[in-house]
This record gives sequence, C-alpha cells and structure tokens, in this order.
Amino acid sequence: MKFDTPATTNPIDRLKVVGKATDRIEGPLKTTGTAPYAYERHDAVADPAYGYIVGAGIAKGRIVSMDLAAARAAPGVIAIVTAANAGKLGKGKFNTAKLLGGPEVDHYHQAIALVVAGTFEQARAAAALVHVHYARTRGNFDLAAAKSSAQPPKAGGIGGKPDTAVGDFAGAFAQAPVSLDATYTTPVHSHAMMEPHASIASWNGDQLTIYTSNQMINWSKGDVAATLGIPAEKVRLISPYIGGGFGGKLFVRADAIMAALGAKAAGRPVKVTLQRPLMFNNTTHRPATIQRIRIGAGQDGRITAIGHEGWSGDLPGGGPETAVNQTRLLYAGPNRMTATRLAVLDLPEGNAMRAPGEAPGLMALEIAIDEMAEKLGMDPVRFRILNDTQVDPEQPSREFSQRQLVECLRLGAERFGWDKRVAKPGSVRDGRWLIGMGVAAGIRNNLLMKSAARVRLDSHGIVTVETDMTDIGTGTYTIIAQTAAETMGLPLDSVIVKLGDSSFPASAGSGGQWGANNSTAGVYAACMTLRDKVAQALGLNAADVDFADGQVRSGNRSIALGDAARSGELVAEDGIEYGDLDKTYQQSTFAGHFVEAAVDAATGEIRIRRMLAVCAAGRILNPKAARSQVIGAMTMGVGAALMEELAVDTRFGFFVNHDLAGYEVPVHADIPHQEVIFLDEEDPISSPMKAKGVGELGLCGVGAAVANAVYNATGVRVRDYPITLDKHLGRLPTLT
Amino acid sequence: MIELRYEKAVDPASAMQLHGGRGTARYLGGGTNLVDLMREEIEQPGLVVDVTGLSGDIRETDGGGLLIGAGVKNTALAEHRAVRARYPLLSRAILSGASGQIRNMATVGGNILQRTRCYYFYDDAARCNKRSPESGCDAIDGFNRIHAVLGTSPACVATHPSDMCVALVALDAVVHLQGASGARAIPLTDLHRLPDGHPEIETVLEPGELITAIEIPNLPFAARSTYRKVRDRASYAFALVSVAAALDVEHGIVRDARIGLGGVATKPWRARAAERAVVGKAATEANFRAAAEAELENASPLSGNGFKIELAKRTIVHTLGELA
Repeated sequence: MKFDTPATTNPIDRLKVVGKATDRIEGPLKTTGTAPYAYERHDAVADPAYGYIVGAGIAKGRIVSMDLAAARAAPGVIAIVTAANAGKLGKGKFNTAKLLGGPEVDHYHQAIALVVAGTFEQARAAAALVHVHYARTRGNFDLAAAKSSAQPPKAGGIGGKPDTAVGDFAGAFAQAPVSLDATYTTPVHSHAMMEPHASIASWNGDQLTIYTSNQMINWSKGDVAATLGIPAEKVRLISPYIGGGFGGKLFVRADAIMAALGAKAAGRPVKVTLQRPLMFNNTTHRPATIQRIRIGAGQDGRITAIGHEGWSGDLPGGGPETAVNQTRLLYAGPNRMTATRLAVLDLPEGNAMRAPGEAPGLMALEIAIDEMAEKLGMDPVRFRILNDTQVDPEQPSREFSQRQLVECLRLGAERFGWDKRVAKPGSVRDGRWLIGMGVAAGIRNNLLMKSAARVRLDSHGIVTVETDMTDIGTGTYTIIAQTAAETMGLPLDSVIVKLGDSSFPASAGSGGQWGANNSTAGVYAACMTLRDKVAQALGLNAADVDFADGQVRSGNRSIALGDAARSGELVAEDGIEYGDLDKTYQQSTFAGHFVEAAVDAATGEIRIRRMLAVCAAGRILNPKAARSQVIGAMTMGVGAALMEELAVDTRFGFFVNHDLAGYEVPVHADIPHQEVIFLDEEDPISSPMKAKGVGELGLCGVGAAVANAVYNATGVRVRDYPITLDKHLGRLPTLT
Repeated sequence: MIELRYEKAVDPASAMQLHGGRGTARYLGGGTNLVDLMREEIEQPGLVVDVTGLSGDIRETDGGGLLIGAGVKNTALAEHRAVRARYPLLSRAILSGASGQIRNMATVGGNILQRTRCYYFYDDAARCNKRSPESGCDAIDGFNRIHAVLGTSPACVATHPSDMCVALVALDAVVHLQGASGARAIPLTDLHRLPDGHPEIETVLEPGELITAIEIPNLPFAARSTYRKVRDRASYAFALVSVAAALDVEHGIVRDARIGLGGVATKPWRARAAERAVVGKAATEANFRAAAEAELENASPLSGNGFKIELAKRTIVHTLGELA
C-alpha cells in the first residue's frame, strides 16, 4: 500500500479496539516468566555449549601475542575463537568497529576471543587463562581535548547536513538587545538495559539460526551475513522477546557473531551473553557532547538570532551525536545557524540511544531557553509560546502536519500549577528543602519507514499476524493485535501476533519511535488486502463489505469471517510504503515537560517531587502502553539530568563505572509522582493509522526541565550534566 | 577451573576446622558480596564454609548492651525492638544500605568483611594494589569521585562501603572472634586496618579466625541518635558521605558525643577529633562546624573527590544539629 495522500476515513477510525487502554496481550507470559528470552531458548536448542567473551584490556594498540595453551587445556574447553582462526570476517553496515578484534584493538573490551566450553563456569575459568600481551598506542579519549580537531561529518543519513544557515545570524546576534552565549556539556550515557545482549547460534549445514535479542531484525540479518560472509538467505534471526533495548540492540553485536563463530568451531550450538561488566565498553553508547548555544532576542522577547553548535566524537568511520538538529525546528527566528562537528575518539563506538540527537540537544537548548527567559524577565512558558512557529523555520513553505506545542505548554502549566512558581530562584523553602519548578519543551520527529506484514485467516475466524517487527517492552504485540482486530472487525482475542522472526515480512523494526506508527500501518495494509481476499472468497463486492463483530456484512447478508477460510487458510501479505508527504510537511511530535524538584539546603542532594508530561503525538493507539512508554522515558530523563554518566578514564580510554553498581540509573525512590496527558490529535499526514510515536518524545526535554527546576530551587546554574550535588554544593544559598 | 567446594558449618569449631586457615578458603555469610566477587573472578576460593547457621541470636548482656550473633541477618538486626529503641543510628544505617532483598540475605559478619566498590578493584585490566599486591593503583590519578579522603595511603584510596559498620564504630562495638589460639574480643575500630603499604590486608583477623558476634555496650544517650546518608540517588547506592551520630546534650551543653563517618575513609571511621572538639561545648552550629573542621583537617583530596570534605563537614553539622 502506497501512502502518498493524506488519510481519509478508514476502518481504524471506528476506534472500537484501537485507541483503547489495553493490557498487554503477552503480559501474562512475562509476569509468569514463561516468555522465553534469547539466552533461555532451551526449548529450541538442546544442549548448547557456552561461550565466554574475552574483552580487550587496552583501548588502542595491538595484540602482540595471545597464549591460549592453558585455556585450551582447561577442563571442558571445546574451542577458542580468535581473529587468527576465525577466517576472514567482514563488517556490518551498521557497525563502526569490528565485532572481533585482533591483532589491532579498536576499543576497550572489544571482543578478542571466545572460549567455548561445556558449562558456563568452565568457559569463564578458561577465559581467565587466556594470556594476552598488548602493545598500547596513544589514543584520543578526551572530547574536550579533541574538540579543536573536530571536522564536519559527512552529510546524509538520519543526521542531515552538518551546517545550516538562514539569514544573518552573526549580525543579528551581535545587535540583539538581549543575548545569551553559553556552553553546555552532556556525558556519555549507556543504554544499561536489564537484559544484556545474548544469543544462541545454531548451524544446520550452511544455514545459521540465531536466537537473539535485537530491535531491527532486517538490518541485523543483513549485517550478520555481511560479517560472516554468507548469503543473507542463509541467516535466520529469531527475537520474539527483548528485555530492553533503548537503541543498544538496533545492531548486531558481538554476542551474535561470536556465538555463530563459536558454534561453527565447536560443531554444536553455542550460547553467549555479554558479561555485565562488558556491556558498557563492548557495546554502543550515547556519545558525550559539548554544545554552544547563542540566542539573541528583542526586548519584546522575540528571538531574532538562534545558533547551536555541537561537538561529539567517535571512532574513525563513525557518526556524530546530532544534538543541534531540533534547534532547526523548535523556535521561530529569522536568523539562524547550526553546526555539527565530529572528532576522532578512540573510545568504544557511539551510536543511537533513545532519542538520539534530541535527548542531549534539548538538555542544552532548553536550559538556554530558560536562561534567555530569565534575562528577558519573562515567564519561560510564555517565552516559548511567544516564539512558537507553525512552519519549518528554515523552509517556511513547509508546514508542520500537526504542531500543538503551545497547547501542551498551556495545558501543562494549568495542570501543574505553574502559576505558583516563584520566578526568583532560591526563594521557596520547605523545611530543609529548597523547592523549584522547571519547564521544557520536547520535540521529536516522526520518521516514516516502510513496513510489511503477513496475515492469515483460518476457518475459526482467527487472524494471525506475522511480521519481523519487534516488541522491546513497548507494547508492540498489543497495538498490532488492536490494529488487526479493528481492521478485520474482530475482538482482540481473535488475533494472534507473531513477531521478531526474519522469516516473516520485513518491518520498520523498533527504533526512533517509528515502530508503532509504521508497523501498525503495515499490518493495516496487509489486513486491507486480506479483506479483499475475504470478499472475493465469499463472492462479495469488496467495495460495500463491512467487517464488524466477527462478521462480514454486505447488504442484508451477514457471514462469519471464518467462513471465508472454510476451504483453506487465506493469506495476505502487504506493507506500507510512503510517498513524499514527509517532504511536503514537517512531521513531529511535541511535549511540555514540567518538574518540581527539591534540593537539600545543607547537602545539595536533589530529589524530584513530581513530574508532568503533556504530549501531542498523533493518535494514541493504546493509551496504557503509551503512558508506560512516557513515564519510562521521563524516568530516563531524570537519570540523565541527575546521575547517569559513563565516566571516561582519559588516560587509558575506557568507561570506568562499567557495571550497574557504578552506572546509576533512577530507582523507584527517585521517582515519586508522574503524570502523563495526551492531547487529542490525529495526524492524517503520517499514515493510515494517523498515529506517530511517543517512546522518545517522553524523554525529549525532561533533563532540562529537571535542570531548570533545580536552578529555580537554588539559583545555581549548572551547565554540565549530570547535575550532581558536588556541582552546586559550594554555591547554595546559605542557611538562615 | 577451580573446583569450588561448599561446606556448611554447624558450630564455630567445625567452621574453623573446615576452613583450616587456608588462603583459598572463605567463610560464606549471605554471599551478597562474596558471590559477586566470585562471579567477577576477584575472589576465587576453592572452599566456602557456610556460617549462616551459626549464632543468629540477639541477646542482652549483663552490662545492658546487646550481643549480636555474626549470623544475624541485617534485616533482623535493623528491625530488632531493642536496636530500634536504644540504638536508632544502627537501625537506620542498616536500612539505608542495599535493598530489602539483599538485607534479608546479608549477615552481620559478612557486612563487616565486605570489600570495597572501587571501580579499579573490579576491573582486572586495571592496576590495583588491593587485588594484586604491589601492582600499583589506577584510582589515585583516575576517576576517583567516590574514593576516600581519610585514612588513605599512596597505595590505596578505596573506601570501606558499609553503612552498618559506621554506626557500630560510633557505638564502640566490640567484635568477638574465635581463632585457632582461642577466643578474643577487640574493638571494631581495630578490626579494619588502614591500607598503608598493604591494602590487600584489610583486617587484623588471623587466618581462619571467625567473627562470632558483635557486642554493643550500653549507651543510654544513643537513644538520641541517627544516621544520615548522602548519595547520588535516593536508594540503593553507596554513600558519598554518611554520618552516624549520637549526642548527649544537657542544658544546651554537649556532655558526650559519638560520631562515625562513612563514604569518606578507607575503613569505618570513628570521628574522635570531632567528638573531642564538641564535648563540653555549647550545642551550637558554630561548635558543630568547628568539630567537623577538626575531623577533616587532615583530609587529603584527590582530583575528583575534594567535594567530600565540605560535604562531610556540612553533613556532620546538619546531623548534630538535628540531634541537638
């Protein structure tokens, strides 16, 4: 199905199933521990051997020698895979560094060997006997030091152009009566998902099957094939349940490749999980940024000049953190510039983490906006509303398909009690606590990706959906079931959803908050094709058939849907593809985030008191699942604001706090009260579903809302995340 | 592969016999730290002797104190009525640590002997004098925000992570030990060593010597005590700074004080200088500040943990102020 004109009324608009707050259809499997995750697929693979990864102990250099004798002789060892015996390996399109290093080492904890043994304990013990002699070479590990050598990254891809300019930014900024020029930093973040990367690989002749935990089955199938040098049709990936991804599982990682190589060497299936301490340096991360923001405005509060420059680093061949991109769209202003610069850093490779670009970009921009509002003596909600734009400020002929940022901010301010905020920072006390409120805007674009599905109808009227789409804990199973049920006129329990298998039609996958809209649109397309087949099978005219209540109705005839499959299952396969509506219109989602924070006047400890997000993101397919996405993202935003930082040891080039004890994310006690409101919105420009996505929007702006609340509490502006107590301790208002 | 043998002791004598003073043997309490360290291959014992079945009682002593078996679970100790009433700082210290699940497993003996959470101690590609004697320390010039400012040496700056021990040292707790040469009792403040040149030797325990109990003396004014833990998140995090304090104030004058510090030192830290400075003085913020200054006078900051000095001072002042 080609979607190239705005959606009109369609079967989804009935909203009998879609749009209803619905429990997860796979929820009972998860709450009873019967949803099998990749490492537990004993049902599918009998008696696998265990692989244990040896991670490089240096960040850059080469392996001079590797002594495997002791490890080979250790009890239970079946095989040891290294670059020296693995054969020629390619590199996946989505990988920057090789997944099996050696003799060159590209980053710390890069896999350099896999020890395969009969038990996990044997593999681990033998891995400890692998003796590696390295020759270190100097590397660049410090973004601040490498900043001056940064270059414009190559154009294209999701990141867009490295430089944009409209009007005369420099001139307008210089002449602006009120201006701000400030630099902000965000640290490296880790996805730190609960389920580590894990795979079981099994060869049947030249056919490879990998049970894995992966967000993007179709990308990864190609990358497994490219890395191993085998045809893609010889690779099958199966990933029905995923214990968190956040972008860390968009790509094939060492677990899958090393399991495949280990299984080949061992001659039997091999299971590999990345050991938790390897999760932080072996995998990808959200790169650190340095951001300079300049804003000029008239005394009336209207922005006349806005400029945002961002620096990040990555291994050679890697990409930038596109932290400036939202600044091209969020506020009006006739004179504007953005610039993205990329330095070479020899740290593990950077890549996408939930809301890549916007998450760190808004952490900086939305503090800057708060600072400008204060300079103007203007309420920060009012300042944002004043500078709203309904068109792409770089290309004013492009309108937003929907843009309710102002409505988000207004409703949020009303519900949050924003009128009680005292503008002068450091003026509200509650016992030993300093209290503050903060606001930030959120924007995250709606990305269109083609997505296909197969639907089967049996004679009992049960519809089975098959697509390689993944559910990374987001509720995908449920919204796909809702979509098929709505389109076919069935109750939810008449739909079976099968996901995450590369033998199914290729979907959009889970990433960039594009999964919900695109994958359901693909399922809708397949169901519409199935409806035609049903009508044909029943000898009805597809144009005047109604599908409702498990019946197919035409004129005064009403036939059970399953009857169409009486003489055999009906199967339809179709997908959604997009025209150029995303070029004609700017498609984005918006949020207003509100936070109340308390700061201990003596110790500087920061505690969140309450949070509110008001989101405008198209049709909300399942308000319950969507709310869960947003509160999870808000929680992640608190982590980014207050505690999350992968600390770089700039001498040796590795992330030091590489486990869940050292890399702190919020716990329940940090998040006392969260509220989410979705505005009524349908976006007929986005897809037949008229939906967009919320999974990343929920994070966009949260960090800055926290930062602004802390500033309002203390009067101390911290521009370097995370805002830990040591950064404002010495400057807190004195106790009286 | 090291074959791991597991034995369960029925009494202290059998525990010591099974252990035999061998360097490859470890006593196993709740396992909440030892098992983690085994998974990371920092500890690789060939034998663990499970002592969780020993001495799980809490009983009154003749002197009006409490004798707490080393096998008592952290949760049971924190919830004990006498502890809550007479030593609230101990109850609060325990409850501020770890999680409910971990406290249900962890024992008093194991808590005392838990090892540091220094990142470099955990990473076998890094140099660590505690893990690998005389190999060097990568923390001293590395990422050391969580490290110690008191009791450090050029060989080691790792903190002792316990909350419970901070309260116990403030209470003058005595550790009862059973060793090859018999039983002895020493102050808890003397159990942990300063790292000096040998951070790998963390206590004065003899090989195979077993902690059997902790004794807390009678200290009526400890009914007025508390534990304040400052950390980066609200729960399930080690202290940046913690203060255990009991204060005896009469007519506005501090008659006696007990202060312990956590998160800032290489061992559970008894703040005697602060106590000396404040006893006999008026219970005022200025005097509390002077006491805190006295304790931290010789603190030595690293590149990333200097804030702990001011934070410790403020937390002492605030905590004493709350008790005054």
